[in-house]
Amino acid sequence: MLPPERQLFTVTVYSENCVGLLNQVSVIFTRRCLNIEDVSASASSVPDIHKLTLTTWADRPTMEKVVRQIEKRVDVIRAFLYTDDDIVYQEVALYKVPTPRLLESAAVEDIVRHHGARILEMTPDYTVIEKSGHPWETEALLNRLRSLDIRQFVRSGRVAVTKSPVEHVDIYLEQQRRRQLKLKDK
Amino acid sequence: MKQDNITNQRISGAEALVRSLLEAGADTVFGYPGGAILPVYDCLYDYADRLRHILVRHEQGAVHAAQGFARVSGRTGVVIVTSGPGAANVITGLSDAMADSTPLVVVTGQVGQQYLGSDAFQETDVVGITQPITKWAYQVRRAEDIPAAVARAFYIASTGRPGPVVLDIAKDAQIGTLDWLYEPVNFIRSYNPSPEIDTKLIAEAAEIINAATRPMILVGQGVTISGAEDALRNLAEKASIPVCSTLLGLSALPSDHRLMKGMLGMHGNLGPNINTNRADVIVAVGMRFDDRVTGNTELYAPDAKIIHIDIDQSEFDKTVRSTVAVHADAREALEALLPLVTDAGHNEWIDSFDRHNRVEDREVAAVELNRPEGSKLTMGEVISRVSEAIGDRAVAVTDVGQNQMMSARYFRFTRPRSFITSGGLGTMGFGLPAAIGAKIAAPHRQVCLFCGDGGFQMTIQELGTIMQYGVGVKMIILNNNFLGNVRQWQNLFYNRRFSQTPMLNPDFVRIAAAYGICGEDVSEREQLDAAIGRMLADDRPYLLNVRIDETDMVFPMIPAGSAVDRIFLSEGRIYNPDNWSEQ
Repeated sequence: MLPPERQLFTVTVYSENCVGLLNQVSVIFTRRCLNIEDVSASASSVPDIHKLTLTTWADRPTMEKVVRQIEKRVDVIRAFLYTDDDIVYQEVALYKVPTPRLLESAAVEDIVRHHGARILEMTPDYTVIEKSGHPWETEALLNRLRSLDIRQFVRSGRVAVTKSPVEHVDIYLEQQRRRQLKLKDK
Repeated sequence: MKQDNITNQRISGAEALVRSLLEAGADTVFGYPGGAILPVYDCLYDYADRLRHILVRHEQGAVHAAQGFARVSGRTGVVIVTSGPGAANVITGLSDAMADSTPLVVVTGQVGQQYLGSDAFQETDVVGITQPITKWAYQVRRAEDIPAAVARAFYIASTGRPGPVVLDIAKDAQIGTLDWLYEPVNFIRSYNPSPEIDTKLIAEAAEIINAATRPMILVGQGVTISGAEDALRNLAEKASIPVCSTLLGLSALPSDHRLMKGMLGMHGNLGPNINTNRADVIVAVGMRFDDRVTGNTELYAPDAKIIHIDIDQSEFDKTVRSTVAVHADAREALEALLPLVTDAGHNEWIDSFDRHNRVEDREVAAVELNRPEGSKLTMGEVISRVSEAIGDRAVAVTDVGQNQMMSARYFRFTRPRSFITSGGLGTMGFGLPAAIGAKIAAPHRQVCLFCGDGGFQMTIQELGTIMQYGVGVKMIILNNNFLGNVRQWQNLFYNRRFSQTPMLNPDFVRIAAAYGICGEDVSEREQLDAAIGRMLADDRPYLLNVRIDETDMVFPMIPAGSAVDRIFLSEGRIYNPDNWSEQ
């Protein structure tokens, strides 16, 4: 039997905002020797609920198990598995280039127009350029700037929202609210 | 509830911990003191009449004892240890309890808040280390958080799929003060331990069961944990479905029940294993298709529709794909199924289990149990003679290895919660402390430990605990002066190269005597019954050191990674059920 096909998955984890949550989630990847490509952590639209977004290359059967094992953690509210088709996603990249080289090259217009980037800060020494987009877009700008003697480059983890009209976390929280009311009546 | 507990008393965090444990229903804790937990031990001194503390001889023993306590009683086991090395010594037990779904609350002392993260004396990152091997691990840094943390810990440990919980309590939180208030927890937003049963799936499952011609039920420990023994029996009897058990499912149904067909897996019985690959429907209840049960999953149950009932969703399709996955408490699911199933007879199918098992009785058990005169004793003989003599209500506790598999095969179970063994993790050294905990939880039941000479020495210091508290455990060392199970694998798969398995052992009876524990050596068959009689004559602890034939091996055996119907009856002799003449 052929091994199942590997692809890039996005896992989103809604959880209580508590110390050590990231460790609880990341060790589930570690156990299966899965490399986390990138990760971001932030607040969610629900007050007090935290959202992690992780990406990893793996096969679907493995990832389905991983997500269930993440969701099993007591502090985790819900966890979901997506491929790129299911979500709208972006990353932010910052580039630091020497200002003299940038001005010499007359690349500014190309950078701003064609790459849709913006200049965040410009000093006589250096310029910081920001671009958000898909990985291949931030990568393209990186390649464009290499010739300008780029000094620093950094890319954030992926942030993603689903295309689905159903908000599963809200449904879960509503179910739990009803369960809590029932328990109180008892 | 809330009102009763408000006393407007300012008490220390340590006292709040002890009172919270009492509020949560604990009456016994297993532990070992040390620097970072001293405030709690100081307080235990005042509460000794309400909260019994069992002083073990090593923290690993405390966890295994709490596991034995929990598994026999169904209550949450409690452990208290200090920081650093004390906490590090509970790791094996936590991992074992996680694998075997055992409810534990383990309190570890921690250095004061100002020292956290500074590599202080006896500081170790307990939460970081234990998170992957516990159901929940939490650090408490303020005295006022202690009651709520304890309430939450007990709720998490004991509900849903039970498991171990760690509370790591900084020393200044133990010393600080708070207004005493305890409120039990029965709800956590991010956690739903009692999923609502999906009646559509139950109906679907019933339909599959009713259409089956060769159905079988696989029982795991989930049946015991949810108290589903009666529900299981009712369902099996009503629908005439044979029942087979995992190692930890043993004793959910009495061994002599007409539908109980034995154990599954590597050293399981012929009927259950052969028929797994002939069944058309498998109802798996509170079990997780461990690799020791399934062997090669690609060749597992090829003809069966699998109905998997479990409280832990992450077990579905983890190793074996199911047709219907019912996420529910085992008892609720079985009770919901009962009115929907019909009796289809299945007589011929049921008989086929007995036919295979009769071959096993003749070809394996008879060889193990009826040795020629003058030959050395076997493990099976000793276990079955003890089982006969000890009678009803007894609890068998085992260590890990041949002693464990032989106990699973030859001990007869009459009531639930009678078999305490380390299943998932396979922890040598588990047996002796677990037996202590079991006896403390069930003082009116006989508790006997079957242990190898290797495993016994891994936690042998707990003889001190037996001595100090007069714990009436009956210890049977099945002593072959070898690490027997490893020897068996070396014998079968490593060309009889017995690398590091022979053991030079001490005089166990004299060691027991030094702890004030009576015991005797048994090396001859004729001595055995009288020695067992003396061992069971009173309530005191007793040690039987039985000299066992080192060539004794556990059969039947499915080699690791083989299909479950490729079974060896003895070395080099495979059971071929289709070409077997009944002599």
